[in-house]
Formats: sequence, C-alpha cells, structure tokens
Amino acid sequence: MFSFPVFLESFWPLIWAARYTLLISVLGIGLGLVIGALICAARLSPYAALRRFAAVWVSFLRGVPLLVQLLVFYYTLPVIGLDVPATVAAVVTVGICASAYISEIWRGAIAALPKGQSEAALAIGMTPRDVWTRVVLPQAVTLSLPALINELILLVKASSLVSVVGILEITRASQAQAATTFRPLEVYIAAACIYLAINLCLAALGRYLEHRTAV
Amino acid sequence: MQASSVEIRKVNKFYGPFHALKDVDLNILPGKVTCLIGPSGSGKSTLLRCINFLEEYDSGEIRIDGQMMGYDAPGRKMSGRKLREMRRSIGMVFQQFNLWPHMTARENVAEGLIRVRGMGKAEAHERASAALTKVGLADKMENHPLRLSGGQQQRVAIARAIAMEPRLMLFDEPTSALDPELVGEVLNVMKTLAAEGMTMVVVTHEMGFAAHVADQVAFMEKGELVGVDTPDRILHQPADPRIQSFLRTYHERNSF
Repeated sequence: MFSFPVFLESFWPLIWAARYTLLISVLGIGLGLVIGALICAARLSPYAALRRFAAVWVSFLRGVPLLVQLLVFYYTLPVIGLDVPATVAAVVTVGICASAYISEIWRGAIAALPKGQSEAALAIGMTPRDVWTRVVLPQAVTLSLPALINELILLVKASSLVSVVGILEITRASQAQAATTFRPLEVYIAAACIYLAINLCLAALGRYLEHRTAV
Repeated sequence: MQASSVEIRKVNKFYGPFHALKDVDLNILPGKVTCLIGPSGSGKSTLLRCINFLEEYDSGEIRIDGQMMGYDAPGRKMSGRKLREMRRSIGMVFQQFNLWPHMTARENVAEGLIRVRGMGKAEAHERASAALTKVGLADKMENHPLRLSGGQQQRVAIARAIAMEPRLMLFDEPTSALDPELVGEVLNVMKTLAAEGMTMVVVTHEMGFAAHVADQVAFMEKGELVGVDTPDRILHQPADPRIQSFLRTYHERNSF
C-alpha cells in the first residue's frame, strides 16, 4: 500500500542530495561549454591536424557510454598518481563528455547561418574577427539555445550515473533510503518528482531565454 | 561624390571543371549605370561578385580606378588588409538582402561605420538615420529586419551600403526576391542613386529598369559576354541571335 506520509518524508534527504545533482550538472555543462567551444573552433579551423583531433574527440566521447567513461576516468586517476575527490572526477568526466555534444550543437548552429550573413559583413570591409564576434556568434548562440537547454536537461538525468563513483546525489540517496526504510516505491517516486521539478524549471528557463533573444 | 571606374580584362573563373567566366572584357564607366542581363546560370552574378572579390577569379584582371582587385600581381593574392581597404569603397546589395536579424535597421546601417570606419556610436547612428531617411525609412529605424517587408528590408540594405559612402555600388538581382508590388520602391531608390552620379553595376531581370536607367547593357550567356551596348541597341535592335532568343522568351513569359 502506498503511504503518503512516507512519500513526503523521503523528500527532505533527497532534496538535500539534489545539491550534488545540480552541482555536477551545472559545473559539467559549464566545463562542457568551454571545452565544446574549443573543440568546435578546432573543427572549423584551417589546420587539418586540429580538425582531425576534434573529429576523433567527438566520435570517441559520443561512442562510449558516459557510465563507462566515468569508471575509466575514476580508476585511471590513482594509476597516474592523482588523488582527487570523486566529485571533481565526476564533474570533469561529465564536462568532457558534454563537450562533444556541445561542440556539435555549435557547429550545426554556425553551419545553419546563411552564407550571405558573413558575405554582407565582408563586403563592407569588416575583418574576419568582427564577422565572427558581431555577425556569426551572436546568431549562432541564439540558434543553439534550445539544443543547449536540452543538453543540460540530459545532463541532469545523466548525473544519476555518478552514483557509481560513490557520490550521494539524488539517485544514490534514494537507493540508500529505499534500503533502510524498505519503502522503495515512495522513495523512488519522490526522486522522480525532484528530477521532474528540476527539469521543468530548466525548460521554463529555456523558454524564457528563447523568448528574450527572439528576433 | 567621386565615382569609380572598373576595367574587366580577360577574366576567367572555374568551378572545378566548369568554366563559369570565359575571357570576359567589360568597361564600367564612372558615374554610369551598367546592367548585366542574361539567362540564369550565365555568370552574371559570378562576374559581379568577382568585382569585390567575394568570388575569386582565376585569371585576367579586374581594375578599380586602375588598382587591381584581389591580387598584387597575377597569381599573387593581396593581403586581407588591402582587400578590406578596397572593399570599403564598394557597396553591395544582395538578392536575399542579408540584413543581420539580431540588429535593428539603424544598427545594421551603423555597424560598418563603427567597425570599419572607426566612427563613434553617436555619430554612426546619426549617419545611419540620415541614410535610412534617404531611402524613405525614417519611421522604421528601430525595427528589426524580420518586422519589415521585403521592399523595406532591401532599402535598409541599400542604406547600409550607401552610409559607407561608396564610389561604386554592386546590385545582385536586388528585386528578384520581392513580391511584384514591392519592386517599385526599391527601383526608385536605385534611380535616385543613379541620378546622383553613382557608378552602378546591376544584375537584373527587370528589363524596364535596364531600358530606362542603364547607360549600357551587357548580355551574358554560358559564361561569355555576348554583347555590350546602349539599352536601345541591346533590348530593341539586338544583332546577336542569342540575345534575340533570350528577349523573345522574356516577352512571351511577360505577356498575357
């Protein structure tokens, strides 16, 4: 029988655990945006070696499950003599993995701009740098917003995978709680509600940003 | 306003094996209007885009006021800085307008003045307002391009070009993307520019504009410049059978 009081009670520890979920997703996407921009720039650069490096980066990270990447990275660290907390390892892995997807999102947004946009700027004598900063990037960023919000939502859900390296985020906290209370149904439904609430907020944020940058 | 002249000598352009421009020779006279006509795919737009080097020609010379465009010497491309220097005095208007959608009409016009001419924001916006007033859009300055009709967008694009005070204006089918009832407002702005003595090269399918405004009309087909003469001689008494056949098709399509 579903117990409503148990359901409500299980919320507090899970909301407390949500700070790790948010920390890992937000820092992960932050890192992913930075590395993704560099990878995208490498992909579009005139140097063949950089382009190839970026292509390998993207296909490797997209081709291996995040869970496996996490485990590989986590168990590699001690081998190379690095002693970092599990949270740092998780953020770095999530960020690197996200960078592959984000660089592709940006490459797509840039490719979607009509060629005439930069031609009009070149025709009046603008420098390639100004063409990028004034014409291409502002439009590409706006175009990519829906896909980036989508990626952030995916990361919030994917962050449940970092439970395997011992981080007490929502999923791991609910497993622990289900084991001690013997009320898995209530606990997991509470966990589902928290994920849903976070992602509905992110979707609303996305709509707001899209609306504000709409032209 | 100083008007530029353009000399085109034996220009060739290839896209892989496709020979897009074949030994094209053409003189663009200062202060005059030259219309380029011909069937689609004949190389008119390619030739126009070679003049400001948006398209690179492979051999021959294009000289603007005596200075070779795009190359320091045959086969040796000029520096980016020098190319930008030359492009500053050439305005270009595109078929698809190519306005920047994230900027208002006034910002579109002011952008080049700020970035390329190094003007302060206040002065640039004042100049932009003057240019937009000139094309009849004084009341639309704060609108974003997508809030404007096609004709209005194309007039903003013309304002963006003339605000830079060019000595030569290139028009690449400026009315082809417009609804028929909006063509007139754009052609009127172009007529005003022509009357002010701007050197203009216009790729167009508007034979009426070519007949009434052009000083010379050049007919192209399959990458070749078939003939260049006064509008009357090209449009009303063409000697070349290729021009006759093109005009016959044009008249048939436009009669009802």
